[in-house]
Amino acid sequence: MKIGVFICHCGSNIAATVDVKKVAETAGRMAEVVYATDAMYACSEPGQQAIEEAVKKYALSGVVVASCSPRMHEATFRRTVERAGLNRYMFEMANIREHVSWIGRDQGPNTVKAIELVRMAVEKLRLNRALIPRKLPATRRALVIGGGVAGIQASLDCAEAGLEVVLVEREPSIGGKMSKLDKTFPTVDCSSCILGPRMVDVAQHERITLYAYSEIESVSGYVGNFEVVIRKKAAYVDWDKCTGCGLCIEKCPSKKNFDRFNEGLGSAAAINIPFPQAIPKKAVIRAEDCRQFQGKKCGICAKFCPTGAINHEQQDELVTIQVGAIVAATGYDLADWTVYGEYGAGRYADVITSLQYERMLSASGPFGGHIKRPSNGEEPKSVVFIQCVASRDPSIGRPYCSGFCCMYTAKQAIMTRDHIPDSQSYVFYMDIRSPGKGYDEFTRRAQEEYGAQYVRGRVSQVYPRGNKLVVRGADTLLGSQVEVEADLVVLAVGGEGSREAAGLAEKLRISYDSFGFFLEGHPKLKPVETNTAGVFLAGSCQGLKDIPFSVSQGSAAAAKTLALLSRDMLESDPQTAQVDIKRCIGCGKCIQVCPFQAIREADLRGQSKAEVLEAVCQGCGLCNATCPQGAIQLSHFTDNQVLAEVEALLCP
Amino acid sequence: MSVSSTVSGAAAPELRIVGFLCNWCSYGGADTAGVGRFIQPTDLRIIRLPCSGRTNPLFIAKALLQGADGVLVSGCHPRDCHYAEGNFYARRRLEVFKQLLPVLGVDPRRFEYTWVSASEGQRWQMVVSKFTEQIHSLGPARRLPGAPELEWLRESAG
Repeated sequence: MKIGVFICHCGSNIAATVDVKKVAETAGRMAEVVYATDAMYACSEPGQQAIEEAVKKYALSGVVVASCSPRMHEATFRRTVERAGLNRYMFEMANIREHVSWIGRDQGPNTVKAIELVRMAVEKLRLNRALIPRKLPATRRALVIGGGVAGIQASLDCAEAGLEVVLVEREPSIGGKMSKLDKTFPTVDCSSCILGPRMVDVAQHERITLYAYSEIESVSGYVGNFEVVIRKKAAYVDWDKCTGCGLCIEKCPSKKNFDRFNEGLGSAAAINIPFPQAIPKKAVIRAEDCRQFQGKKCGICAKFCPTGAINHEQQDELVTIQVGAIVAATGYDLADWTVYGEYGAGRYADVITSLQYERMLSASGPFGGHIKRPSNGEEPKSVVFIQCVASRDPSIGRPYCSGFCCMYTAKQAIMTRDHIPDSQSYVFYMDIRSPGKGYDEFTRRAQEEYGAQYVRGRVSQVYPRGNKLVVRGADTLLGSQVEVEADLVVLAVGGEGSREAAGLAEKLRISYDSFGFFLEGHPKLKPVETNTAGVFLAGSCQGLKDIPFSVSQGSAAAAKTLALLSRDMLESDPQTAQVDIKRCIGCGKCIQVCPFQAIREADLRGQSKAEVLEAVCQGCGLCNATCPQGAIQLSHFTDNQVLAEVEALLCP
Repeated sequence: MSVSSTVSGAAAPELRIVGFLCNWCSYGGADTAGVGRFIQPTDLRIIRLPCSGRTNPLFIAKALLQGADGVLVSGCHPRDCHYAEGNFYARRRLEVFKQLLPVLGVDPRRFEYTWVSASEGQRWQMVVSKFTEQIHSLGPARRLPGAPELEWLRESAG
């Protein structure tokens, strides 16, 4: 074998703390290395060209590049060696940036470490074999999980381009958080007027199948061929018969229940349609609120329903679908703000969240679009907005900026003056963060045109005095204490990943962080991909974002889905397990551990042997570590290859 | 110049620590730590595997018998495996293996397994620093007679 080694400077990223020339020089003396050099930027066009030329000039049969993480550029360099005429698996990478130059400051140890990592890569490469990917058919259908604005956009874009789409929404209606909003910044557009027609488009599109009030039960398979089980939760209403007339809601005797859609403002009947523009506009019975399910004699809804749609006996239903790609768009939830004792921790009726305030402002909300104090129904004249509640606060484990609160607070201050012209708004803020088209102008309008008083400082306490609330805080610009008497206090509560995100991530086999946000493939270059092939992200499930960004990401995820499924055949990863039938004793241990049922028992002239279904094998190597004979080996990560790396390190 | 200073500040000579890391989580976590410039001791050499479940305990045994001063395996948090259940197998195997180490004449503290996700750069820094410190407190492992020395490499690096 003739090996070429290329050590990348990565500008000064590597070269500043690793003696790159020394690494290249030492690499030149390693076994079977016939050419070793350093390069300023191995991934640049001249860098890749130099690799191609060297392959040809020195008739190289394998290439090692020591540069950044293989998670970053392995695919890039595999294409390079392929262009030069080599099999793309005759390539290894040594990670001397993320794992060496960026985490150690001393050149001496860093250089030794880089040399050793290169040696390990060379020794592994010596045992690499050419691998040929197989073609396999893909299902040209996409699953979108979450029917908020990002999921709606992704669904519509995919469907418009000719793909079949299955949209799954856990709530009875699609629309997500945006459907709860009254107006949107910075144009003060009516939220339901923009979103409503898109929701109708989803319902009417011939290529979109909508499963509302449903959840993902399980996901199996792999890119191009996922099998997904959807749990259609029992609505206790036959949706094929329900016309959404609302008679049942009117007649239901159990009316004083927590209203989820209205964030607990007002109350809901046990049988309910969340809001007038709901898609689908179908009733759902909440068993925990329903008298019938509590063993009381009721069934009034069934008596009055003109189409006989009520069915208290209904059970959850499981539906299995095949899809080629999955877009997760599960959005966010408000962080728990009741941890703040200083804001009353939910004890005062007139301290509400910004999302509750939206429902108050909405004409279809519980207060008919009138701003009222929840405690006594009076119109508030003094409204205090507190920013950065459960945002930018490491003390409660929420160190990040939620990003959209500054803007919606400015909008809410504007709306307050619009609704109650003689009202005064106060905004306690830390910094105003308004980077976006027309955003900063908007926050200025709130102050200059609508007279909102912005106070830079934190609030130390909210407490009742008479029937009012006193907000005490600091004005850091004046360097003084301030006290504002408020009729209503609105907390700009930040967001966190949806509470069910972790469970879904486990089903999708994607990563998530400690705030419940899904991890993108690369923070810059793969913002909507994940590290699981065929699973994409859209909207706030990846990190909080406002409506324009969520929509952009919905379209981006759709573009990625379409690109993936634009081909009828996908290439499978050939890094799969291989059985050496001479060594296989047919014990079947590999069959037991395989998470994908990719191994089966085959009969070979009367002897039982393991057989790998290459199209199904995902390359985890569990079987390899289990096989008592070492008969089943994971290509590209064989026992010998791993041990070659160990030996390269310990006994060079 | 001799290779002597670890970045943790202690001027102890570097020891041999081998890491077997899952590509989907801990390897990414180590990348995240690098991108965040979370400075770590330099003793660890990482071998990338597709899954912690790919770790054959014999890899670890072989590394320890060939003179490694410590071995660290890191995978995805339980229930969060890229391959659904690979890390459950890893956990069971590695725990049993750890119990067995005294039989091999190896101090079980020389081997640890841990779970670090791709987003947990800081956690990775902590894991590496703590484990390296633990290995340094144990000192160099007993070398088997005839085990090769690494002096020539140190010299070649100047």
